[in-house]
Amino acid sequence: MTPLLVVRNLSRQFGGLRAVDGVDFSLMPGEIRAVIGPNGAGKTTFVSLVCGRYAPSAGKIVFDGEDITDMPAHLRVRRGIAYTFQITSVFANLSVYDNVALPVQRTLTDGRSRGAVRQGVMEALERVGLDARANVPAGALAYGHQRLLEVAMGLALKPRLLILDEPTQGLSDSEIEGFITLVRDIARDATVLLIEHNMQVVMALAHRITVLNAGRILAEGTPPEIRSNAAVQEAYLGTVREAGA
Amino acid sequence: MSGDGTAKVYALHAAVIALLLALNFALPEYHHAVLARVLVLAVFAMGYNMLFGYAGLLSLGHAMFFATGLYGAGLPLYHLGWGVPAAFASGLAAGLVVSAGIGLLALRTSGVAFMIVTMMFAQVFYLVTLYFGEWTRGDEGLVLQQQARQVAFGETTLDLTNPTTRYLLAVALFAIVLFATLAVVRSRHGRVLVAIRENEERTRMLGYDTFTNKLAAVVTSGVICAAAGAAYALLFGYVGSTFASVQYSILPLLWVLLGGAATTLGPLIGTLFMYYVIDIASGYTSAYMLVVGVVLILLVLYFRKGVLGTVRERWVRWLP
Repeated sequence: MTPLLVVRNLSRQFGGLRAVDGVDFSLMPGEIRAVIGPNGAGKTTFVSLVCGRYAPSAGKIVFDGEDITDMPAHLRVRRGIAYTFQITSVFANLSVYDNVALPVQRTLTDGRSRGAVRQGVMEALERVGLDARANVPAGALAYGHQRLLEVAMGLALKPRLLILDEPTQGLSDSEIEGFITLVRDIARDATVLLIEHNMQVVMALAHRITVLNAGRILAEGTPPEIRSNAAVQEAYLGTVREAGA
Repeated sequence: MSGDGTAKVYALHAAVIALLLALNFALPEYHHAVLARVLVLAVFAMGYNMLFGYAGLLSLGHAMFFATGLYGAGLPLYHLGWGVPAAFASGLAAGLVVSAGIGLLALRTSGVAFMIVTMMFAQVFYLVTLYFGEWTRGDEGLVLQQQARQVAFGETTLDLTNPTTRYLLAVALFAIVLFATLAVVRSRHGRVLVAIRENEERTRMLGYDTFTNKLAAVVTSGVICAAAGAAYALLFGYVGSTFASVQYSILPLLWVLLGGAATTLGPLIGTLFMYYVIDIASGYTSAYMLVVGVVLILLVLYFRKGVLGTVRERWVRWLP
């Protein structure tokens, strides 16, 4: 099986800071991959390079056999790379319905009917359980529901690679339970790249884990391998335990 | 936009047009003439609203697009003896070319820089109209004669200097642009424009080419404003540099803010209101701009989103 995403020697500098520094990375179709690492490790910069929000300083990105290194972000979205924002950025003044209608209408190539849009929107909202709130302004939703709306917008793009940037930040424990179920459901027909601080979520979902530290890959492996990796414990897991205490 | 209340929306807009047609028979001569002028200027405001209200791009250079239509229609009619339909088409074509060119350049910027760049382009345009005074007669302007402003349809001749003809043509243009605006804002493109206004980065990450969508909005807006300018030249017979000056870039912004940005009927209300406030106030005092200022302050205090914007927020949520 060929990888869905291959990244070679990817780097991005901000002034003197090497936020991402010579990363080699590949992702198999159908995988749930977690990217973890301490704050400032370059996780968000890394996925932003993949989805095209930033241009790399060096390196190459290949998605499904096609070199997308210089492709504008909106075209990468059309190839099937969807990004959900770390900082919730739903359209607060628009209704929940309209938020999801935007990605839905973009993926509809044939149907010009309003019916097709409505059907697509309601499907995406049902998957995250927000269908009853379609006419509420997005800004009036509870924070956890805004996170879910963000995911629904990503889903509505019918992505092949869904990048979730700290999706469970600020969610309650019961909401996190529901979220884990949702991501497993999504992973049945999409590859998922998950940036996550909550180790419970990471261990429950990830097939493989990539650990970033100071812009470089520190370790990569299955959850048990990462859990027993001494370098990772020193660089990352220790700090999490302190933060969570 | 979710398809609810479509019938109500179209009924409301049709009722407004019907009311304007009925006023043709009801209004006294003076107000009849004023309303014809206001309708053409309201088309200008609707064009501005397209870009500012829906796409969220604040331009301070829209006098340029109005004047492009004005000169695009007026100059060939005056100098080359073109007929009215050809002159109007020429005004629209000029608007298309200028707005596409300006859009390509100005949209490389955003926010305050976009305001400044559009304003600078408009100033250049204004100075150009003065520089070529030999053809434009600058501030003094050109007066288009009655015999040039007639359209022959077989046996009958349509005289654009006739008040009723003029009024009905103004209503016709207004109606066409109103329903065109309504169609655009309810379309998928309209939804994308609003999304760009609310959060451009997010819209881009949903797979939309935001530059192309904004360029389309600039061109739609520019062509509508040029249509207003061309109609103004042909209906009122005057083409002068004043219409290219910065004042005519600020006015549509005020009209739209007053009536309610991102409402389809707000531009008409704003233009009408402002026109009459100035008209009435200047009858009592030469310091009429002071009255205008006070009115604006009151509106900002109590109708923050403009007349229709506030009405929509508080009472009639289905207003487009």
